[in-house]
Amino acid sequence: MTATARGDRRPWVLLTPALTAVTLLLVIPACFIVVYSFWLRTGTGAEQAGFYLDNWREVLTDPFYRDILGQTLRIAGISTLVCALLGYMPAYFIAYTRFRHRAYLLLLLMLPFWISYIIRTMSWISILGVSGAVNALLQWLGIIDEPLQMLYNEPSVILGLVHFLLPFMILNIYVSLDGIDRSLTDAAKSLGCTGWQAFREVTLPLSLPGLAAGCLLCFVLGAGTYITPMILGGPTDAMFANLVYEAIITQLNWPLGSALSLVLLALLGGLVAIYTRYLGIDQIAKSFR
Amino acid sequence: MKDTGLGWSTIRLATIVVCLFMFAPVAVVMLLSFNSSQFGSFPMEGLSLRWFVELWHNDAIVRAFQTSLVLGALTSMISTTIGVLASMAMVRYDFPGKRLVSTALVAPILVPEVVLAVALLLFLQFLSVPKSFPLLLAGHVIFTLPFVVLVVQARLVGIRREYEDAARSLGANPLQTFREVTLPLMLPAVLAGMLFSFTISFDDITGTLFWKPGGVETVPTQIFAMLRNSISPEINALGTVMVLITVALPLTGAALARRLAARMRGR
Repeated sequence: MTATARGDRRPWVLLTPALTAVTLLLVIPACFIVVYSFWLRTGTGAEQAGFYLDNWREVLTDPFYRDILGQTLRIAGISTLVCALLGYMPAYFIAYTRFRHRAYLLLLLMLPFWISYIIRTMSWISILGVSGAVNALLQWLGIIDEPLQMLYNEPSVILGLVHFLLPFMILNIYVSLDGIDRSLTDAAKSLGCTGWQAFREVTLPLSLPGLAAGCLLCFVLGAGTYITPMILGGPTDAMFANLVYEAIITQLNWPLGSALSLVLLALLGGLVAIYTRYLGIDQIAKSFR
Repeated sequence: MKDTGLGWSTIRLATIVVCLFMFAPVAVVMLLSFNSSQFGSFPMEGLSLRWFVELWHNDAIVRAFQTSLVLGALTSMISTTIGVLASMAMVRYDFPGKRLVSTALVAPILVPEVVLAVALLLFLQFLSVPKSFPLLLAGHVIFTLPFVVLVVQARLVGIRREYEDAARSLGANPLQTFREVTLPLMLPAVLAGMLFSFTISFDDITGTLFWKPGGVETVPTQIFAMLRNSISPEINALGTVMVLITVALPLTGAALARRLAARMRGR
């Protein structure tokens, strides 16, 4: 079904608008911030073109940035782990249930993707806030007199991230579970495996690519966010992307912001590159089918 | 694992708990939006629609809605057009460098969105393009393009070339073939791409906060700005309206696509 004439110009004509957009709006701008990160913002607020290592020296040696980077990796890592633990069983349920209306379960799986991220994040204020559902219930029951302070700390940031990322994890695990040939587990059982053994020896290993894709996606999306810590975190719960936002929008220090963005890009882009090198991007693309 | 009853019950229970975790907070927001008290929190004093009425009379929110709708519609049209063309090239042709092109097309989502936002903002500012609606639109287009390409490609694979060949051999010219065969077969894919890009654009805040000019707000950035003050019941009402829109759209779209597909099979 694919035409393979060499030198056929038609595919390139079809691709021109998309590739132009990617080149102009992503590739060249990305190269541009590399150059920009070596510029300098002088005391007067003007920018000086040139080749200065000051931004890079600051970003790479200042312990402040290192600490926030560590904090970012920790928050994203814990969120990813929690997502993997929480996500596997629902994915397994949807893939293997004999429930007649499985299509509705799939719809339920997709539903969170359609509910706005900012609304899902802010909804936790109505749950855990000083006058939120949990405090209202506990006070009504007479268990506590004063409302508990549950928000604006690292756990609440992680909670918000898990809530945001879990659907990605479930979807990726589901896709890989759904692709497993059912006769394999039947074969394992007919050879004397218990259900648990068949799961451990056959199903679990075969679902690992989906689990890995889910973890990668959750980690990269989690480590790149600045909205969740701004809404659910306290003043000390900044993540690396918050530093970028701060430098670009608040301080207008664009060269420094460029250097910070590139650190984030190197780290997360590097992870994606390693992943695609060994496992291919197809696993993630499968979720769209 | 299914035959060990205990294991399966645990899995079912876990699934229900996860569902509650996913949907209960949003349900609480929607419930609170009908609270007649003047605070956007518990206790519920009574049911009323006053916050929805208030929403309607709040100029800033109405403007944010208009901005979001126009931005989403334009993004979805541009992004779907170039995305569908690219997908056709990827699905229909083999050519040297295809792997690289495929990576380039999804690159905007492989790069963290903050970095994409910064790069585009700084580059265009360097070219003296100020923060403006066109910058916002360009950002949304590049960010939604990979999603369109992935979704549309997945659906185009199913359309077999033989149908077109048959039409051609029966005497249809290329234009007729496209109009009568290819386009109707592609319609669900195009629709899916449009819906997908619209919702993503409508929902985006990470890039939008970087790109939007001062004074212009989309619905998510408006909510974000309001959150910095306090949780007013107006926010809850706004959230409810937004959830209804972003959930109703794809559901309608899916139903429409199924109708189209059914009609096509019926022919």
